[in-house]
Amino acid sequence: MKLDSRIPQGELSNKWTEYKSSVPLVNPANKRNINIIVVGTGLAGASAASTLAEMGYKVSAFCFQDSPRRAHSIAAQGGINAAKNYQNDGDSVYRLFYDTIKGGDYRSREGNVHRLAEVSTNIIDQCVAQGVPFAREYGGTLSNRSFGGTQVQRTFYAAGQTGQQLLLGAYSALERQVGLGNVTMYSRHEMIELVKIDGKARGIIARNLVTGELERHFGHAVLLCTGGYGNVFYLSTNAMGSNVTAAWKAHKNGALMANPCFTQIHPTCIPVSGHYQSKLTLMSESLRNDGRIWVPKEKDDNRAPNDIPEEERDYYLERRYPAFGNLVPRDIASRAAKERCDAGYGVGPSKMAVYLDFKYNMKEKYGRAEATKRGISNPDDATLVELGKELIKEKYGNLFDMYKQITDEDPYEVPMRIYPAVHYTMGGLWVDYELQTTVPGLYALGEANFSDHGANRLGASALMQGLADGYFVIPYTIGNYLSKEIHTKPIPTDHEAFVTAENNAKERIKNLMGIQGKRSVESYHRELGKIMWDKCGMARSEKGLKEAIEEIKALREDFYKNVRIPGSADEFNPELDKAGRVADFLELGELMCHDALNRNESCGGHFREEYQTEEGEAMRNDNDYTCVFAWENKGENNWEVHREELNYENIKIQQRSYK
Amino acid sequence: MGNSMKINLKVWRQKNQNTSGSFETYSVEASPDMSFLEMFDVLNEQLIEEGKEPVAFDHDCREGICGMCSMVINGRPHGPKQGVTTCQLHMRSFKDGDTVVVEPWRSNAFPIVKDLSVDRGAFDRIISSGGFVSVNTGSAVDANSILIPKETADTAFEAATCIGCGACVSACKNASAMLFVGAKVTQLSELPQGKVERESRVVAMVNQMDAEGFGACSNTGACAAECPKEIPLSVIANLNREYYKAKLNGK
Amino acid sequence: MSFLFSSSLGRKLVMAVTGVSLIAFLLVHCLINAMVFFNDGGATFNVAAEFMSANWFIRTMEIGLFAGLLLHIAQGLWLVGDNQKKRKSRYQINGGSANSTWYSRSMGLLGTIILIFLVLHLKHFWVVSRFEIPHGITEEHTLFHEMIEIFENPIAVIVYVLGCISLSYHLLHGFSSAFQTLGVNHKSYTPLIKSLGVGFSIVVPLIFAAIPVVMHLGLIK
Repeated sequence: MKLDSRIPQGELSNKWTEYKSSVPLVNPANKRNINIIVVGTGLAGASAASTLAEMGYKVSAFCFQDSPRRAHSIAAQGGINAAKNYQNDGDSVYRLFYDTIKGGDYRSREGNVHRLAEVSTNIIDQCVAQGVPFAREYGGTLSNRSFGGTQVQRTFYAAGQTGQQLLLGAYSALERQVGLGNVTMYSRHEMIELVKIDGKARGIIARNLVTGELERHFGHAVLLCTGGYGNVFYLSTNAMGSNVTAAWKAHKNGALMANPCFTQIHPTCIPVSGHYQSKLTLMSESLRNDGRIWVPKEKDDNRAPNDIPEEERDYYLERRYPAFGNLVPRDIASRAAKERCDAGYGVGPSKMAVYLDFKYNMKEKYGRAEATKRGISNPDDATLVELGKELIKEKYGNLFDMYKQITDEDPYEVPMRIYPAVHYTMGGLWVDYELQTTVPGLYALGEANFSDHGANRLGASALMQGLADGYFVIPYTIGNYLSKEIHTKPIPTDHEAFVTAENNAKERIKNLMGIQGKRSVESYHRELGKIMWDKCGMARSEKGLKEAIEEIKALREDFYKNVRIPGSADEFNPELDKAGRVADFLELGELMCHDALNRNESCGGHFREEYQTEEGEAMRNDNDYTCVFAWENKGENNWEVHREELNYENIKIQQRSYK
Repeated sequence: MGNSMKINLKVWRQKNQNTSGSFETYSVEASPDMSFLEMFDVLNEQLIEEGKEPVAFDHDCREGICGMCSMVINGRPHGPKQGVTTCQLHMRSFKDGDTVVVEPWRSNAFPIVKDLSVDRGAFDRIISSGGFVSVNTGSAVDANSILIPKETADTAFEAATCIGCGACVSACKNASAMLFVGAKVTQLSELPQGKVERESRVVAMVNQMDAEGFGACSNTGACAAECPKEIPLSVIANLNREYYKAKLNGK
Repeated sequence: MSFLFSSSLGRKLVMAVTGVSLIAFLLVHCLINAMVFFNDGGATFNVAAEFMSANWFIRTMEIGLFAGLLLHIAQGLWLVGDNQKKRKSRYQINGGSANSTWYSRSMGLLGTIILIFLVLHLKHFWVVSRFEIPHGITEEHTLFHEMIEIFENPIAVIVYVLGCISLSYHLLHGFSSAFQTLGVNHKSYTPLIKSLGVGFSIVVPLIFAAIPVVMHLGLIK
């Protein structure tokens, strides 16, 4: 199979403009006769569904949650990037493009990323028009802050709830179309099979999670906006329900998975506190604007953090990366934390944590500024801290509250304890420039696809990509496919392909329900997660990955013998839903290990212990691996790998340095 | 890591919307650092091991923002702590040996799906009746061409933090949804972008709210007191004012 | 205008508007009653009472007041009944005391007690002062004399005091609630209204309740 990314010819900065002006259109009358299925209602799904419906298409949207407003995009905290240059600090589309490519460690496509940077500005306009209450300055203009891996302030935010506000904006737009009858919303529905007719995606089999009924839905095209698969690690910052199932069914039906091992481990999460832990909570990257990360200089220092004097603290990020300091990209910050903890400098009861300390900036940066503003001369330390606290509260109040709620410690008084956790997956379904997978008519948007973030995603770029894909990319690119489909009449769902797909799904569910073994689904998921985290997590080695593959195979075998799913298949049965998802994770996990094993270099979030510099920095191999690996499913956990070369015509590949 | 604690649970079990439910009692070993939902995870694993049906409950993000979790704990939505959702409530808020009664949101407008899980589709229908700004993708002007005073943006944001969990309805003696509706109406009527449709919006949303079977507001303030996002009661005053103004103008 | 009787917000508006007018009436009523404290054998009080019953403008207002009162009662009972139907399956444990005051949740009950009291009260004083009936109000037997006579009975005193307590709690919530329903929401005025409401709800019923007590004790003659 030859992978064709179908990037338009021409000058990088003109590609998208020219593409838009020349892509075939579907006239309004024909749009009304075309059905589009959108699976998932996060930023990508909700924005795509609403925009396509506004254009006149008939849309059916699906989500497994009880309401489309609950998709996990809602939990994104820090912000969304856009090359607006409102801060007059020299930002531009090119700079955002460049930062994203570099941040992704030169493993993403120039064409896609440039388009992303171009439309970033439209996103902010669109969201503001919808009534998204972004943070503002006293003059009424929009406020910005900095995020990791950049030296400009281009991140727009709404306190620590940016994802929520953006998603609610997209959700309102979606609900508006529901009200107008252009979108039919199916909540508490899960896609469990892709239906293909004559090689093209023509529908899905969805399970009504309340009644257990299997439903057939036809669409001229199917859009998967189903998010990432970080939950393969069991513990992650993803929602409990986040899963790979829809994407995996597509994968097993012909869509290629690209770079599945590219996982983002986020450096600032609340550490694990016990074996019962069900998920990890992120503390936004924006905190690194004002928080300084450190560990004691002495090993096994058991003093309380506030008792450790300044000179006995190791601000290791500032020490190792003076240019970017605490704002190095996520992969680098995560690995540095792991390095310190592995070397025995970790803090907290588990010793697997580092401090994120706000005292300094609370006092020196905000306290002093506020004191000057209020005309307090020679303020004492206590006054400075008090003044600074107010400003910190305004910026990060909800995050500090959340931290206190979970840990029972007050971060205004003692430094936060943080540790890296799985957060985002850069890998995903392989798509071309038009976001189409290798199955005609099947598209993947947002985190579900692989295209824009390379081997590491920069902070505040996930929201940007989700909304870019949904609001501004797919509405154009899908026209290229649908303009050829205007003569296709809706295919009745008693078509053989629908029947077969439904029977397959039914059979699978029957099998799962029939096992009636001894172990809970959760216990398998937990065990898989541990294998993945230990051997395919922040650091990977050939030996570990090979072991992991064998362990996953054995675990999968055991799962199909010993799992116990209570209840029945024709009722609301969350255990059955979970079992289906874990079954898919058990296959995906193996593929991730194969991918990690196949990529003999370290880049971005993918760190192979065999490939590092003497200082412990990632060592890329640009000669052999400036490419995308896309895996084709050959049935029964067999894959064939395909290669898409990445051509850098505008950016010179360099060693990524944040020093 | 804290000590183990024994919690006696009285949990509402109901097979589906068409059957009647009843309480079952269970006993769980918990840790004070566990979240309330993690305690339910432990219970469910225990039940599965015993060959019984686990308790169905809604949850997803487990960081207090998706609005999916919904338990009435000892008579209070999201439990005894102010300003947190069930998923962010930790067992340290309880004592060893406590008996805890857990019920679903109860309201005609939120039919029970199973056990502690309810159908909040009514909220979606209210939003789809008018909780939006009618702006199609692509027709927006430059973001900074709409200047919005910081104070206005902050008020709108405060109202917009509603997570649509339904605790307000479940706390209200009338099962009224006015805090939810008021929050959305306040957010959009404060902002210049939402002002254009403010009258038709509020009337449509109130009509839908009534049609869904929510009660009227008695201003007891229970909704705001139990709201995990601490949406203030003033949004209901705004809702009233917006509605009467619209009615005066013949909407 | 049908929304006043069909939509939840419209119905609340009726409650608030009639509530506020009843509050205004209570103020006037209380001021006039307070004149008994001149302890001049009811002279000042009688003049005021006479004015209230003879003035055509007041009499017209009185019709409006009664209409408002009836509306307040009917709409109130109807709303309470409707609201109760919104939750068919009740909670096993009700945590209401943690999030609201008992009287804010008991406006229907308090209102009903006041209504029962009101029937008695109207029979005692309003009927005799407005209509020419045997043993009615005459120049010799003034309204003041009627009060003294009625409050000789300790049961009547107790009933009146209980009525006033109900009124006090009803107002304690109703006063500020009416303004909230009317959409009054202001950073500095809303707290002011709330304080005013509390003051009103305590002082006015206290004055009302004091009259039967002091009369019964013979402190006012």
